[in-house]
Amino acid sequence: MPADNTTAKKTPLYDVHRELGANLVDFAGYLMPLRYASETAEHRAVRTGAGLFDLSHMGEIFVEGPQAAQGLDYALVGEPSAVPIGRARYTMICAPDGGVLDDLIVYRLAEERFLVVANAANIATVHRALAERVASGFQAEVADRSDEYALIALQGPQSQAILSQFTDAPLDGLRYYAWLSGRVAGVDALIARTGYTGEDGFELFVAAADAVRLWNELALVEGVLPAGLAARDTLRLEAGMPLYGNELTAETTPYEAGLGRVVKLGKPGDFVGRKALAAYADTPPGRTLVGLVARGRRAPRKGYEVVRADGTVCGVVTSGAPSPTLGKPIAMAYVDSGAAEAGLAVDVRGRHEPVDVVDLPFYKRS
Amino acid sequence: MSVPEQLRYSEEHEWVAGLGNEDGVVTIGITAHAADALGEIVYLELHRGEGETVEAGEPCGEIESTKSVSDIYAPVSGEITAVNQAVIDEPKVINDDPYGEGWILKVRVETEPGDLLDAESYGKLIEES
Repeated sequence: MPADNTTAKKTPLYDVHRELGANLVDFAGYLMPLRYASETAEHRAVRTGAGLFDLSHMGEIFVEGPQAAQGLDYALVGEPSAVPIGRARYTMICAPDGGVLDDLIVYRLAEERFLVVANAANIATVHRALAERVASGFQAEVADRSDEYALIALQGPQSQAILSQFTDAPLDGLRYYAWLSGRVAGVDALIARTGYTGEDGFELFVAAADAVRLWNELALVEGVLPAGLAARDTLRLEAGMPLYGNELTAETTPYEAGLGRVVKLGKPGDFVGRKALAAYADTPPGRTLVGLVARGRRAPRKGYEVVRADGTVCGVVTSGAPSPTLGKPIAMAYVDSGAAEAGLAVDVRGRHEPVDVVDLPFYKRS
Repeated sequence: MSVPEQLRYSEEHEWVAGLGNEDGVVTIGITAHAADALGEIVYLELHRGEGETVEAGEPCGEIESTKSVSDIYAPVSGEITAVNQAVIDEPKVINDDPYGEGWILKVRVETEPGDLLDAESYGKLIEES
């Protein structure tokens, strides 16, 4: 249990986590629940029922103004101007050299108003880059309002049935990557059908002051298990979703990560990184992100080397863990193009543990 | 987090039971604090087996949880007299009962480095961490 004198920030739900006996860790400068009891039980709850996550460490950056859409088209690799009001898109913000600064979800709130959700570790970077890029010639304001918002996610196949007990909002018609506003348990919320678990689910953006009330209502429901970052990590890994800092970094291009589709080279107008990204789009990447399943019981971990049958290094693991759903260790790794063949192994602390290369994702909901 | 009074502890979070026993055999495991910090333990491997020797302060095994891997350090030097096959087969037992069913190995002590902590000192160590 970390001491109270840490410099890490607390989310509005910090006291709730402590009361629940969470194992709290400093994650990206925030004290976050790693797990409450068993991370495997939390993982399974999300796959079979529902899990409740505090994601208040994520960044909420608003872009607003007559040219907000055009400004974001310039600042990001996607095309927010083409996103209808009420919908959201997964996208990225890249450096001029094509490296990924962060992966984002952009929600179009109104014709001239967008919500950009950034990873906790990158809030300042994204805010600064957006402010510079959007302010450099577009009529729009960029405001980081992360501290004003809490983000609570309810994820799992039972999410809709559970959430509908607390809201009159028409969840049935709410599509994946769409949002609507409504009242949930008496609290004003932006209800988004998004998530990072590979399951159906909702992300609820609420005022920081309303977080505890909403959490306590949802957490009381039979079958809802509070879930921490450990479960979130294995859930997203099974779903083949990249994590910034692991699969995505400033030294990675979207193409290497297998996410070239998010780069809208065909959109009108210039955007930051266009030239570099266009060149990458035309050349096969030197390395590609692959899925690995270990044959043994040892899990490949971030930073472990991938080796060929002759022992030569041909890649590096970016994320790895025992998969609760598959019952075996799984990993994502960057592997030299052409090397993703049979006979690969991962160097687990000096021993070469055989792995099989598989298509991502490891898990797809039925 | 429980820190039983009668045990001795290493700074690497192993516990030692039975120091001073007539037969010189101690039981070694990892503490509840270590088990909790690791999370669910999924794999345990010992570098040495029964009849082989371990060296105080040297890694004698590896323990892997859903989140991370750590070395297990031998808190004393001596010959291994028993290995708990049950926790190798089902390492989660260490989470459930770190000071009981979750014991890891027994060693006939040749040298005890003399730097093992009592419960009070170990309790302070984990409070500060």
